[in-house]
Amino acid sequence: MGMKPSPFGTQIPYEEKELKVVGSNPEARPDAVDKVTGKARYAADINLPGQLTGKVLRSPHAHARIKSIDASEAEKLKGVKAVICRDDLPDMPVMHAAAGEIMVNFRDVTRTIMAREKALFDGHPVAAVAATSESIAKAALKLIKVEYEVLPHVIDVVDAMKPDAPLLHEDQITKGVEPTPEKPSNIAAQMVSKLGDIEEGFEQADLVVEREFNTKAAHQGYIEPHASLAIYTEGGNAEVWTSTQGHFLIRAQIAEILEMDISRVKVTPAELGGGFGGKNMIYLEPLAIVLSKKSGRPVKMVMTRDEVFRASGPTSGTNIIIKIGITKGGKITAAQAILNYQSGCFPGSSLPLCTPTAFTRYDIANVLVIGNDVTCNRPKVTAYRSPGAPMIAFGVETVMDEIAEELNIDRLEIRLMNAAKEGTQTHFGPKLGPIGFIETLEAAKAHNHMKEKLGPNQGRGIATGFWNTLGMETSATLNVNQDGTASLIYGTVDVAGGMRTAYSQIVAEELGIPFKKVRAIQSDTSSLGFNFTTAGSRGTAAGGMAAVKASRDAITRMCEVAARIWEVELDQVVWEDGHARPASSNVGEFEPLSLAEIAMKAGFYGGTIAGHAEINVTGGGPGFGTHLVDVEVDRETGAVKLLRYTIIQDAGKAVFPEYVKAQFHGAAVQGIGLALNEEYIYDENGVMANPGFLDYRMPVASDIPVIDTQIVEVPNPNHPYGIRGVGEVPIIPPLAAISNAIYDAVGIRMRDHPMSPPKVLAALDEAAPATAAE
Amino acid sequence: MKKHHVSTTINGDEVDFLCETSETLLDVLRDHLHLTGAKEGCGTGDCGACSVTLDGVLVCSCLVLGVEAEGKEIETIEGMADGDELHPLQRKFVEHIALQCGICTPGLLISARSLLEKNPNPTEEEVRFGLAGNLCRCTGYQNIIEAVMDAAQEMRGA
Ligand code: FES
Ligand code: FES
Repeated sequence: MGMKPSPFGTQIPYEEKELKVVGSNPEARPDAVDKVTGKARYAADINLPGQLTGKVLRSPHAHARIKSIDASEAEKLKGVKAVICRDDLPDMPVMHAAAGEIMVNFRDVTRTIMAREKALFDGHPVAAVAATSESIAKAALKLIKVEYEVLPHVIDVVDAMKPDAPLLHEDQITKGVEPTPEKPSNIAAQMVSKLGDIEEGFEQADLVVEREFNTKAAHQGYIEPHASLAIYTEGGNAEVWTSTQGHFLIRAQIAEILEMDISRVKVTPAELGGGFGGKNMIYLEPLAIVLSKKSGRPVKMVMTRDEVFRASGPTSGTNIIIKIGITKGGKITAAQAILNYQSGCFPGSSLPLCTPTAFTRYDIANVLVIGNDVTCNRPKVTAYRSPGAPMIAFGVETVMDEIAEELNIDRLEIRLMNAAKEGTQTHFGPKLGPIGFIETLEAAKAHNHMKEKLGPNQGRGIATGFWNTLGMETSATLNVNQDGTASLIYGTVDVAGGMRTAYSQIVAEELGIPFKKVRAIQSDTSSLGFNFTTAGSRGTAAGGMAAVKASRDAITRMCEVAARIWEVELDQVVWEDGHARPASSNVGEFEPLSLAEIAMKAGFYGGTIAGHAEINVTGGGPGFGTHLVDVEVDRETGAVKLLRYTIIQDAGKAVFPEYVKAQFHGAAVQGIGLALNEEYIYDENGVMANPGFLDYRMPVASDIPVIDTQIVEVPNPNHPYGIRGVGEVPIIPPLAAISNAIYDAVGIRMRDHPMSPPKVLAALDEAAPATAAE
Repeated sequence: MKKHHVSTTINGDEVDFLCETSETLLDVLRDHLHLTGAKEGCGTGDCGACSVTLDGVLVCSCLVLGVEAEGKEIETIEGMADGDELHPLQRKFVEHIALQCGICTPGLLISARSLLEKNPNPTEEEVRFGLAGNLCRCTGYQNIIEAVMDAAQEMRGA
């Protein structure tokens, strides 16, 4: 989403057939044993001989002009081998490129990784050192003298939009509004998505409800802090091991920022300890390379948790106004959303990605979505699992419930009455193909969850979600080895072990060999063509399509070998069940040749067998889901306890069903954390007040009830296995579902996130007189 | 900086190391002894990724100083399997897909083993509260809880 699909893209139509490996759960995932024994190698686990420890000095101010930096004392400290600051990185002109699901501007990227004129947020890097030990590196940071001129700052998105707000960028004129404003502001850009005539739509309505919602910034919360190890060699080459969702993208960013040829940079993605959208950007990598260049030794840099919170991620905090018009009969005639999103210290929130999701679950003739991308003194936001969408759904799904109540229509029914289906015109352009949204709503209606009895102060919430599946550049090589095994070399980073398993399943299915004979190996940037980063739920769908293409390419090569052995034409050979066979009895009497036999003989009959895919996938399929949640609200404390949770989602085709369910669990629990507790808190100086897991409260096991999951399968027509992305949709509904459940339980509408005990208690207190009066 | 000489037993082997006063046991394990199975998720005792046992007691190794390990027996994830034979908890984690990225997994396994040593027959709720000191951002915990319950049952011989 957000990025235009290529007109030269690859789609392979869905093929309905009996499957042996795809769709069943393999006995074990190939990565699992290394992970349970502590052998899996994450970036922070990798070391090189002679390596130094790199550390970053960060701004303690939210907004300050950097008048001077004096590192002379630090450089003198014994054990310090290099110190760098803004002068050691080339300045960059304005230049836009895609970084994961979000667009970046290299002028801003270089200023994000190292402040130049100004420090723009608490935690903004201003210098970095490399030393022989961590303690020396830390001591050196203390010796660097930075002279700041502290400037007024702005943290909140609504405050940042005010005409008299402190400006982060004195020359920033809002893009996308006519006429072009004369005065600079923190509104970097305005984006509009529309369909039909919004005025007319509201006129047709019998009921119009408009509500305002506020959400706080939240972090992706991966347990593995960012870590990078880099070595710069005399020959002018750089090699990097790093924690990333997309090594090819990281390589491109490094090359750009350091003015190096792409061919001179090699990036190896280590096993990834969680990313969720937050590991598509360079932070430490270029600093480690420059420190290595300056010191002549490998440099390893690992962020502390405090640094992760203050200077990486997060997702936008938002101010959202939703307005929906509906007829008495329950037909939505118009829907409008104003989306004010924090972008952090530079422009580029997730608005281009989430705007299309605003109302796409419903069939509405008149839609207007206006998004404002607003700079403020926070770290530059990055993608977080369906970036920006949970907050819009919070608003839309809450208003849907209000409307249903007002019109006395059942909450599931009102969604079914307006549900998007095949042929529905979206407000972002295309008409929808076959989708499984109605199926998820019907499944919710029929689910046992709906029959559970609720007690006092208990309530049920329903909410839905939509996210598209990205395709993009995808490369893979399938090597058929001499012993009849197959190695798939893939380059779309496997973020959590499920993708490499699914790829192996797909290759096994295509080639007709057992799952155990296939191994999927993640490449570095030097052994495969470009792959886009793992974002937009594209991993299994796009990487899987490349695996199909590479497998089929290898099959053609194997049929060629068989044709040569049998001395027949290529079109007289077919591939079936892991064997080359004569296409018909007219071809001749030949014993089928197994993959292993062909692999053994291939060297003589034309050369080693390999299949390739270098494609731009455009066949991603939209994913839809419906969630149900029951809560109990403690009127004394304001605590919201989850009693049961149900996730129903269209996966198109679940290649590895138990793992798909595991993805549902993980995403929903992130959504639950977002709903109940997670928020960035800043003090009056614009300094983050809760940069640790103690005060930034993510869900723990005892916060979570048993989760039920149901996979719906409406195949994606543009994918050979019907796959849709599954990873992002399930983080979207929880915020709204929980808010709706709280209302059902105690009659208060929570429109300010998070729905933490103090906020719920305050809302209960506010509602108490009214309740008493009724 | 002057270093201390510390003698310990790690996963049954006698191990000596030198460390600075301020270095944590986690630093020592990871950076000096190259036992990188224990992970640093926070360094402040809030995530459990660095869990090990010290004389049989579950600790966050990021909160223990290297020098405190003198004369102690340390067990890390690297010592959990018996050669090729996985511990039942490890096997059940694999079976139940109780891990995704896996960064939390070593800490969770060490914590779960300690939990089952103290309470071999826990309820689901006891497992949820018993593992509440270990953050996992990927799994939503459900499969972890199932794996621990299943392993407990197998270990009881039921
Ligand atoms: S690293 Fe020790 S508890 Fe997080
Ligand atoms: S599996 Fe990734 S944090 Fe637990």
